[in-house]
Amino acid sequence: MSTTLAERTAAPRSLTPPPAALDRRALRFLTAGSVDDGKSTLIGRLLFDSRAILADQLDTLQARAGDAPIDLSLLTDGLEAEREQGITIDVAYRYFATRQRKFIIADAPGHEQYTRNMVTAAAGSDAAVVLVDITKLDLRTRPVALLPQTRRHTLLAQLLRVPGIVFAINKLDAVDDPAAAYAAVREALEAFAAQAALEVAGIVPVSALRGDNVTRPLDVAWYRGPSLLQLLESLPAAGEQVSGALSLPVQYVARQGTSGAATAADSGTGDQRRTIWGRIASGRVTPGDAIEVFPSGERAVVAEVLLAGAAVDDAAAGQSVGVVLDRQLDVSRGDWITTAGSTRPTQRFEATLAWLDTEPAVVGRRYQVRHGNRWVQARIAAIESRLDIRTLESTDTDSLAVNEIGRVVIETQQPLPLAPYAANRVAGALIVVDPASHRTSGALLVGD
Amino acid sequence: MNAPLSTRQLLPRIDHSHLDWLEEEAIFILRETAAAFERPALLFSGGKDSCVVLRLAEKAFKRRNGTDRFDGRLPFPLLHVDTGHNFPEVIEFRDRRVAEMGERLVVGHLDDSIARGTVRLADPLESRNGHQTVALLEAIETNRFDVLIGGARRDEEKARAKERIFSHRDSFGQWLPKEQRPELWTLFNTRIRPGEHMRAFPISNWTELDVWLYIERERIPLPSLYYSHARDVVRRKGLLVPVTPVTPVRPGESVERVDVRFRTVGDMTCTCPVESDAVDAAEVVAETLQVTISERGATRMDDRTSDSSMERRKKEGYF
Repeated sequence: MSTTLAERTAAPRSLTPPPAALDRRALRFLTAGSVDDGKSTLIGRLLFDSRAILADQLDTLQARAGDAPIDLSLLTDGLEAEREQGITIDVAYRYFATRQRKFIIADAPGHEQYTRNMVTAAAGSDAAVVLVDITKLDLRTRPVALLPQTRRHTLLAQLLRVPGIVFAINKLDAVDDPAAAYAAVREALEAFAAQAALEVAGIVPVSALRGDNVTRPLDVAWYRGPSLLQLLESLPAAGEQVSGALSLPVQYVARQGTSGAATAADSGTGDQRRTIWGRIASGRVTPGDAIEVFPSGERAVVAEVLLAGAAVDDAAAGQSVGVVLDRQLDVSRGDWITTAGSTRPTQRFEATLAWLDTEPAVVGRRYQVRHGNRWVQARIAAIESRLDIRTLESTDTDSLAVNEIGRVVIETQQPLPLAPYAANRVAGALIVVDPASHRTSGALLVGD
Repeated sequence: MNAPLSTRQLLPRIDHSHLDWLEEEAIFILRETAAAFERPALLFSGGKDSCVVLRLAEKAFKRRNGTDRFDGRLPFPLLHVDTGHNFPEVIEFRDRRVAEMGERLVVGHLDDSIARGTVRLADPLESRNGHQTVALLEAIETNRFDVLIGGARRDEEKARAKERIFSHRDSFGQWLPKEQRPELWTLFNTRIRPGEHMRAFPISNWTELDVWLYIERERIPLPSLYYSHARDVVRRKGLLVPVTPVTPVRPGESVERVDVRFRTVGDMTCTCPVESDAVDAAEVVAETLQVTISERGATRMDDRTSDSSMERRKKEGYF
């Protein structure tokens, strides 16, 4: 039995691209898993093996452990309340580097009530490592039934378009026949991925506790793929949309004073030269480009492009640029500089809403939303359905509570130049803020 | 350390393009701060992290004129909380840099808070580090600052690993870790009520190594005590304690003259140097790659008190 299964998993496709293709940018990845999945241990292992944990931090753990083995999970549970309760409450950021690359871990707690942290961690990530605790699965049944949280974490990562989704099957040290167990769980994950139309970057067996296949590759017949770290070293950082129309949300407008001093000037014109700063959401900008300002519709030509205080010939999506125009226009924070005719402003749109606030979403109530650098008033015109992230099914509803995700219709007080979230993360994302509490209550992803 | 290996030998394949990404992110956060708030201030102590933030601010708001010179002025003042127990060479460096750059500096003095009676010392030589919070909050109130830009990094300490880039403080200046706002994409929620303020941390995602690599690449000036120099120290609980008027030699201790440098620079009563031969940023990078003790563990007496000491101070409004 185990031989057959081992053969079936004998040669997973190589996930490591040739060295020339390696992406040297920092990789931001989130780790998702439930209490006891060994997530903290896995992170502790990555930090420990890459020497991001130093001797004095280890001494603290050693002192606490006494004669027992060191508990690597204690390295990451930072807040007092977390240590008291033995759980992780909030997203924590961890850093380590290998000879190849710098890594930033967004460690998202896995309990049901803290799903909002998972959304927070996923929003900025290039990859997601979803932990699957093999000891919690019934390996006698076929197909192996995955835990609800595995499905939930994966689907949240997919919803937020995290590009590289990696399954780490953990606690391989605790099963009698790791080859068979890995094969069975791998099959279940592949079936789930196919059902959810999910692109998976890799399915990696690990033992975070022993360190097997985390940084040190496994030497076994039934797994010939990369270690978790090798896989992460090979993943690309999220790409920028460099081609197509220019879209530049105006972040800050500075007036070049007579002494050359830059001073904030959010409104008003005058005869002083003004530099319009913002991070390019899509496209490129070059001196000589004809542009249009949203919402005024006024047009101008780019006279100069600046990058970190120096003039450049060209800048592209992902870079924060300063643009000087050939004539004085009334441009302020919140406006957009775009290729003429490329925006389709709207005041009513469909979106996916992830609700993060303990006060439920209220249809008809006025909220503040932020799109790009503009704050506008908005209301939820309708809640159409709730997404059950265990079954992927939509159910009719007219309310959304904390940690629920639904399909909604939003109306804004002013038109916004939106794009589908699937096409552009900047133009397609908004946050919802409660005007009374100032809490960040929801995340909106603009629909197609 | 003997004959430190060069950065090239230790990290043969790293091309440091990640520094460009970190710089871009930091500049974005600095401009966001200037645009979204009425009265920002940049915390500048002369420490290496604040020197890095200051250089990033120059890049964000000024025009480059030659390699290391910038024209123009920052759209906010610099703020320093002076405990009265700072290393003299750091204060000298602070004032010289501010004059060279033509920036405005606001100084909040802990001694003023002591004179006002808002800070009471139990012992004249006790560490003033924790008391800085009072002087800081008083400076915020007096100057009506609504956001402070700081050089804190998430890799420094476990409680800081959970800090947001824009971190809310209530009207008592308190940090409520369980009430933190989710921070999604770069859509920062910068809304505050009158009397509240925000802390903005542009180099949250940098590590100690990143900071040194950037100091080397950008040739950022630092106070001399960050590089190897001979200093009188005593060995106390595994730390090298500098001999100063506020940290005198105790009975039974013997003074040694050791080649040291500081990894962090704070209040004299709680900052210790490490043994080092590193005379410039490149050599510090090489040493940083080989260290085995964390930045705060090696150098800060105050963080050794308990696992939660940083978290407690942060909740009270510390940097």
